Amino acid sequence: MSRFSQRGVLITGASRGLGRALFEQLARSGARVVGVARRTDDLERAAQALRAEGFEAHALAADAGDIDAIYPLAGASQALVGPIELLVHAASTLGPTPLGPLLDLPCEEFSRVLQLNLLGPFRLTRAIVGGMLVRGSGIVVSISSDAAVNAYPHWGAYGASKAALDHLSRTWAAELRGTGVSAISIDPGEMDTDMHRDALPDSDPATLARPVDVARQIIAGLERLTPGESGSRVIAADWSAP
Amino acid sequence: MIAASWPRSQRTSARLLRIDRASGAIEHHGADELPLLLRRGDLLVVNDAATLPASLAGSAEGVPIELRLMDEEAGVWRAVVFGAGSWRTPTERRPPPPALAPGARLSFGGLSARVEAVLAPSARLLSVRFEQSDATFWTELYRVGKPVQYSYLSGDLRLWHVQNAYAARPWAVEAPSAGFVLNADSLGRARQRGVEIAALTHAAGLSSTGDETLDAALPLRERFEIPASTVAAVAHARARGGRIIAVGTSVVRALETRALEHGSLRPGPGRSELRIGPGFELRVVDGLLSGMHDPTVSHYALLQAFASRAHLDAAHSAAVKAGYLEHEFGDVCLLL
Repeated sequence: MSRFSQRGVLITGASRGLGRALFEQLARSGARVVGVARRTDDLERAAQALRAEGFEAHALAADAGDIDAIYPLAGASQALVGPIELLVHAASTLGPTPLGPLLDLPCEEFSRVLQLNLLGPFRLTRAIVGGMLVRGSGIVVSISSDAAVNAYPHWGAYGASKAALDHLSRTWAAELRGTGVSAISIDPGEMDTDMHRDALPDSDPATLARPVDVARQIIAGLERLTPGESGSRVIAADWSAP
Repeated sequence: MIAASWPRSQRTSARLLRIDRASGAIEHHGADELPLLLRRGDLLVVNDAATLPASLAGSAEGVPIELRLMDEEAGVWRAVVFGAGSWRTPTERRPPPPALAPGARLSFGGLSARVEAVLAPSARLLSVRFEQSDATFWTELYRVGKPVQYSYLSGDLRLWHVQNAYAARPWAVEAPSAGFVLNADSLGRARQRGVEIAALTHAAGLSSTGDETLDAALPLRERFEIPASTVAAVAHARARGGRIIAVGTSVVRALETRALEHGSLRPGPGRSELRIGPGFELRVVDGLLSGMHDPTVSHYALLQAFASRAHLDAAHSAAVKAGYLEHEFGDVCLLL
């Protein structure tokens, strides 16, 4: 049985790509899942279909980068599915596309990237992790990127936000050591998603991983996550190999 | 005692009056010193209920009202209706609400509801059914609802002002505010001293409605849930001679209700109608961290299960003299 069976799961960025795949697969594994997205028309249809099959899935419309959205999100999600055991920060933005050099990046655009990719996860973790702490159980997952480690031209805002997100995840883990709450960041690798097409329109989809497969790898890793792994940064494809 | 009129920016900067349960001796401390007043093996039990935006401004059949939600069971909410106006007017001076009969239609921005029944003991206590459900209901509730607050406060509270550092499910109508003086730093220092921390969820209800009949009946039935891990933590603490210290009266109500029902603590959901006062025999809880409140309110009766009226009166006088602040954003006392 899944460790997340009947447990509350909250996923941001759940309308598309990896977030959506995690939303559907975790609901099918018996978790009580809330997905967050700015636009939820399509996500709500997916949630309805899952509910019709007897699974528990809900769609909440919110901008995870908006400071005023955080407490409503923490409250509404836990009203729907109970205490959150697994929090996944999958929402992120590249900033303006086509991607361009830092010298051409408007400062306001960089701020927007940090709001969604870095400050949003900090605020939502802060609103959720205290409950995990006093229950002595919970996992916070930050979806990272290869661009957090390597400095690619034109990926400056996104890469810096993900590098900072990784560091934040390590710091949460250091502060939460011994409490039963884990924090981990996961590099999903290159996937065939809308975001990837926005960044690199000319790449061959056949060379890219499918989000459904990466979600499966991530869930397999989370199922056997040990407290000792808290604070680590893993690559999904390597992590799930037995 | 003077009421604290606004949340502190640093919550642990509140003052803490330690009252010895047996002797009545008092000591003045800062709330950040709480970990130093606990011993290895003690267990701190917190109420992890988040606070709802339970105050809804809207109308009933076109007449302005405020509805304060109390609790939900199978999609039906119990709620208290107030007349026009807001928290800025003391509840007892608010105009009466219109008389509402079953079937009356209520609307609050994107939320709409029908009155299902008028409940005892007051015509202002209703059961209502909202037309929205699940994610739509909760999204709209968080959009139109505001925290319940009282006239001694100086401004409009935001949702984050009324949450504990460890809040999870939004079950509380008023904040379980004894926990306001705890933060990650103080909980971490307590843990380093060998103090364990456990949680339960208790739907702390309204403390005042301005309706004499209804106020006399408070607290009404409140739901709670005690996790198996907390029952185990209590047993573990007991086995090694530790004390069970409740953070807030809601924790006392949940633990003592369950112990009375079953003779021992058991995990699971429940409902509490327990009234705790002088002479009540505490079966689980040894100590209480609680806010400061006036001797006239029911909270003071509950404290008398922990210490004698004479000791509490003396401590209260000392706190007034020392300038302690009362109510949810005020100072705290530790009865141990």
